[in-house]
Amino acid sequence: MSYDVAVIGAGHNGLVCAAYLARAGKRVLVLERDEVIGGAARTQEVFPGFKFSVFSYVVSLLRPEIVRDLDLPRHGLHILPLESTLTPLPDGDYLAQWGDHDQNRAELARHSLRDAEAYDEFGRLMYQMARAVKPFLGMVPPDPTSLALRDLKALLRLRSGLRSLGAKQFHALHKLLTMSSADYLDEWFETEALKATKSASGIIGTFLGPRSPGTAYVLLHHYMGEIDGVFRAWGFAKGGNGSVSAAIAAAARELGVEIRPNAPVERVLVRNGRAAGVVLQGGEEIEARTVVSSADPRRTFLQLVGPEHLPPDFTEAIQRFKFRGSSGKVNLALAELPNFTCMAGAGPHLRGAISISPSVEYLEQAYDDAKYGEVSRRPYMDIVIPSMIDPSMAPPGKHVMSIFVQYVPYQVNGGWTAEKRDAFGDTVVNTLAEYAPNIKSAILHRQVITPADIERMVGLSEGNIFQGELALSQMFFLRPVPGWAKYKTPVHGLYQCGSGTHPGGGVMGASGRNAALTILGALR
Amino acid sequence: MLRTTAFHPRTAPLCESHAWRRWSGYVVASSYELVHEREYHAIRSSAGLLDICPLYKYRVTGPDAVRLLDRVVTRNVARSTPGQVLYTCWCDAAGKVIDDGTVARLSEDTFSMTSADPNLRWLEDNSTGLDVGVEDVSENLAALALQGPSSRAILQTLTDFDMASIRYFRVVSTTLGRIPVAISRTGYTGDLGYEIWMQAQDALSVWDALIEAGTPYGITPAGMLALDVARIEAGLMLMDVDYVSARKALTDRQTSTPFELDLAWTVSADKENFVGSGALAAERERGPEWQFVGIEIDWDSLERLYSAVGLAPRLPTTAWRMSVPIYEPGGDQVGYATSGGWSPLLKKYIALAHLRSRWARNGTRIEMEVTVEHQRKRASGRVVKKPFFDPERKRA
Repeated sequence: MSYDVAVIGAGHNGLVCAAYLARAGKRVLVLERDEVIGGAARTQEVFPGFKFSVFSYVVSLLRPEIVRDLDLPRHGLHILPLESTLTPLPDGDYLAQWGDHDQNRAELARHSLRDAEAYDEFGRLMYQMARAVKPFLGMVPPDPTSLALRDLKALLRLRSGLRSLGAKQFHALHKLLTMSSADYLDEWFETEALKATKSASGIIGTFLGPRSPGTAYVLLHHYMGEIDGVFRAWGFAKGGNGSVSAAIAAAARELGVEIRPNAPVERVLVRNGRAAGVVLQGGEEIEARTVVSSADPRRTFLQLVGPEHLPPDFTEAIQRFKFRGSSGKVNLALAELPNFTCMAGAGPHLRGAISISPSVEYLEQAYDDAKYGEVSRRPYMDIVIPSMIDPSMAPPGKHVMSIFVQYVPYQVNGGWTAEKRDAFGDTVVNTLAEYAPNIKSAILHRQVITPADIERMVGLSEGNIFQGELALSQMFFLRPVPGWAKYKTPVHGLYQCGSGTHPGGGVMGASGRNAALTILGALR
Repeated sequence: MLRTTAFHPRTAPLCESHAWRRWSGYVVASSYELVHEREYHAIRSSAGLLDICPLYKYRVTGPDAVRLLDRVVTRNVARSTPGQVLYTCWCDAAGKVIDDGTVARLSEDTFSMTSADPNLRWLEDNSTGLDVGVEDVSENLAALALQGPSSRAILQTLTDFDMASIRYFRVVSTTLGRIPVAISRTGYTGDLGYEIWMQAQDALSVWDALIEAGTPYGITPAGMLALDVARIEAGLMLMDVDYVSARKALTDRQTSTPFELDLAWTVSADKENFVGSGALAAERERGPEWQFVGIEIDWDSLERLYSAVGLAPRLPTTAWRMSVPIYEPGGDQVGYATSGGWSPLLKKYIALAHLRSRWARNGTRIEMEVTVEHQRKRASGRVVKKPFFDPERKRA
């Protein structure tokens, strides 16, 4: 049997890409090595009755155009609000950020009247910049060194977008591109917990600290989701992040896409410098005129294609592409809710995010440990309790907790072992217990996931959640390597559509869509 | 949690309507009774008592207090005398209005400032190098407005201070009963009226004293719906409704200069070097592109539109606050109204509107969009002088 397109990997990007291709009339097959689809956007019943978004755990940047084009709500996508962020502090106080403007202002004013005032202005400036930068997400990155008409046109479009910014916003954008998130936030705020919690969004998925230059830009990515405001693409997917993949898969199937789980691709079939299909483990050959890989660039080129089919400088550039996984995950099944010392009881604060990020120094020290190959002794943690938002995630009265943890270096001293994994799990629970002392006795089951586990379980190299560090040196026309940022590869008929390509990770689906439109020649 | 004001223990049991409105993070009564009408008429015929705690309030003190305020606001603060209150706006460096409020000179170097939005950061940032203290007293200073023709008589029963000696836009420190208060002859109704400023812990005692003393005079707690009608009649603009603060505007087009808001009179021509002064001087020279005017809709025109569908004219029962297109008669859009409603006192349909300067002269005929039985129509009207209602007692 022959297909127009074979897509490697049924993660959300692979599925988005497949759906768009099928929508244009192509015969598409998606091959997934696992029995579960979704890649890192999956829901699994890890312990009986307890369902987890095992890896990625919230929806923040899923492109609204994808939601509309594929009619995902009809296919079961239901995004529930996640409106607050609670930052418990070691002294028993807390900083809460609420969805309601008045409530949020009152809480910020409790810490600093100045910050309460600056907050709105900060938000407005970020909004204006995000609005100008947002079109970048949906475009094939033009090569600024190219004189091709298509590149020049795209560059002109970018320029006019940026020119619509006022001088003030343009200057701020330049600062964002060059500063550390801590320094940038220092210009606005004085409350440590606020700066720390905000700067945390600048370090996720990178091997950088809040004081590392370049992290400020990532802050802006968070505001892109907020522009969509009423559209509300920000929140918790009912049923966990697996339902994002499931909805995309359902849309894809309706459009005629065939999805095969338990079908690990061993290599891409290359004939005369052209992709001709794929070979599965076990030897089955599948012919396809076009092959799209949603695996990360290292896996795609060094493992599935092989250097023998690639120009040496390209191979070298791929080898240089940085992964440096720095995050882990602890999933807990709980007999009861955590009781935070700073805000006792089961209140609305448990329906939002809980951020262990008391100060910028705390985060930077967490990074210091990782720089020298250790798990942070006091890690940054981003916690949600999905069962508070969607009770079907756990048996009645019981709860599930998702703890995203950073820094957990892939290259840990001495390598990852079962003991090291347990010790990492203990560190996380002990740290949390300082703020919610009942947590230890509440734990029924514990799943601890290191970057090495992420690599093993979903194939993300070095456990990097973004398929390659989301650092300025690896973004836009540089992602994954200069000259090959347009989803095309040196092998004719082979494309990439994973988050290792522009615009990167965060369950956006933009890479999958951009790749599909490139393949269809629809994007100019 | 939303906050409640210092008067909440008194206002909550009175609020039969259960209609509350948010104001700067507090809840205040929209109307106490099921309909706001009686509360409105109290403001115009006896006295309405309004909880205005949610205003932002700042105390500015020190040898450089005048310099700071003169740097920030558009009016000339140095020229004011102790006991004087200035209504003013303040702008960003481009001369676009950030906020408006009052500056009360309590003594040579002590000022009290009110604003619609928080301004602590703006005041602090502008006080670099100045010997001045800025304190946000929004929470500890409670405030009431007593507005209406009987307001003076009511206050007089509670103080030995000669209320008639407090001139329009003046402030005095005195006592009500035995409670220390500041009383300013200011308000948001365009009527005879006062605002009473007190420590939050004294709030309930002051409220009780006023209700007791005022009952024979018809004192009536009044909510925001009543105030909204009164302030439109008084031609007073409201931030976030009639204009967008330059601090919140997402685009330059959303911003306004004082000249465009009919606040030219607040922009000091003889003061040098305040925030926005350069841009404002240029704007004064050039003339504003827009003007903020009063609009009066012709009754006959409304009646014709409604009778065409077999109805008598229907009037808004509360003041509206939204953007409504204004047209040149039979022609293109030349502006938009931002607040409007039926004036029960004047028996006129009035609105506050932004018009391109060419169409802003008094008497200019215009048309305003009205929706009659689900259809968009144009009612004719004309530009009129603000305030719509300006009783002599306001200043007398």
